[in-house]
Amino acid sequence: MPLLAEVTGSTAAIGYGLAAIGPGIGVGLIFASYVQATARQPESSRLTQPFVWIGFAVVEALALLGVAFGFIWAG
Amino acid sequence: MSTSLAAEIPWPPSVEDFYLPPIVDGTNPWFTKVTLLVWVAVAALIIFFLVTYRDPKLVPTKRQWIAESIYGFVRNNVARDLIGHDGVRFAPYLTTLFCFVLLTNLFGIIPGIQMSPNSHIAFPAILAVISWVLFNAVGIRQHGFAKYMKNSLIPPAPWFILPLLVPIEFISTFVFRPFTLAVRLFANMFAGHMILLVFTLGGFVMLNSNAWLAPVSLVSWLMAVALTFLEALVIVLQAYVFTVLTASYVQGALAEEH
Repeated sequence: MPLLAEVTGSTAAIGYGLAAIGPGIGVGLIFASYVQATARQPESSRLTQPFVWIGFAVVEALALLGVAFGFIWAG
Repeated sequence: MSTSLAAEIPWPPSVEDFYLPPIVDGTNPWFTKVTLLVWVAVAALIIFFLVTYRDPKLVPTKRQWIAESIYGFVRNNVARDLIGHDGVRFAPYLTTLFCFVLLTNLFGIIPGIQMSPNSHIAFPAILAVISWVLFNAVGIRQHGFAKYMKNSLIPPAPWFILPLLVPIEFISTFVFRPFTLAVRLFANMFAGHMILLVFTLGGFVMLNSNAWLAPVSLVSWLMAVALTFLEALVIVLQAYVFTVLTASYVQGALAEEH
């Protein structure tokens, strides 16, 4: 079978692109919920803010693990 | 000039860019810019808070106001809001943690320094271990070892699901918490430094490549400047997140019920 096309370079970049989808959606949902909650109940904004950051940090950890492991397993 | 410069530019940026040479050639391979920056940060924080609070006035001076605002912010918005009234006794540690992480992160974007000690996993790892010891010690002292383990490991669930839940709780509380604390801070600083390297060095690479791409290097450098401001946001956010998560773990350890 003749070789028609070839991809060169690091597949880690493709892997990280795929890995970033989930955390991207997750972080979006968190801030969307915060905006909606604050629009419905403006007084609650101070109450919910720390939890927004905790949730954001936990979800974002997945994307950042992708950065770290991309380099670890790059070889 | 262009050929000699092109040969010097390490492209693409890699993990090797984070291993700096020792400051004094030949001696002490561990004494790098990173080591120096950590000591500078420690010294700067100690001196700043000693000087600003040496002679406190009823009407605060500008520096005293800055120090009091930082402490007040962490005490009221982090310690008291998250842990409750009891949390004020953790405010000194949380403030120290916040200031140290913030300052060491800031070294990552200050022109001329542009290297954050937190982009080496060792420093976030030690900070995470301290937080881990702190919340476990607080929980054990509050409840006693057996009750603390019961509180943190056994969620209120039907008995038949417990064999599944207990290992998950164990791993998430005692393994993943310090691990993610360390990796989150490290990866943010690492990725931030990498992005700045890509746009700064990329500018030089394009400048040296050909006449058509050379003007585009200006765009690359402008991007580097813009991303430095984005990085400033990330730096403050990560310092805040590290403090908030430590506070929330302490709160979880202090809580009566699961």
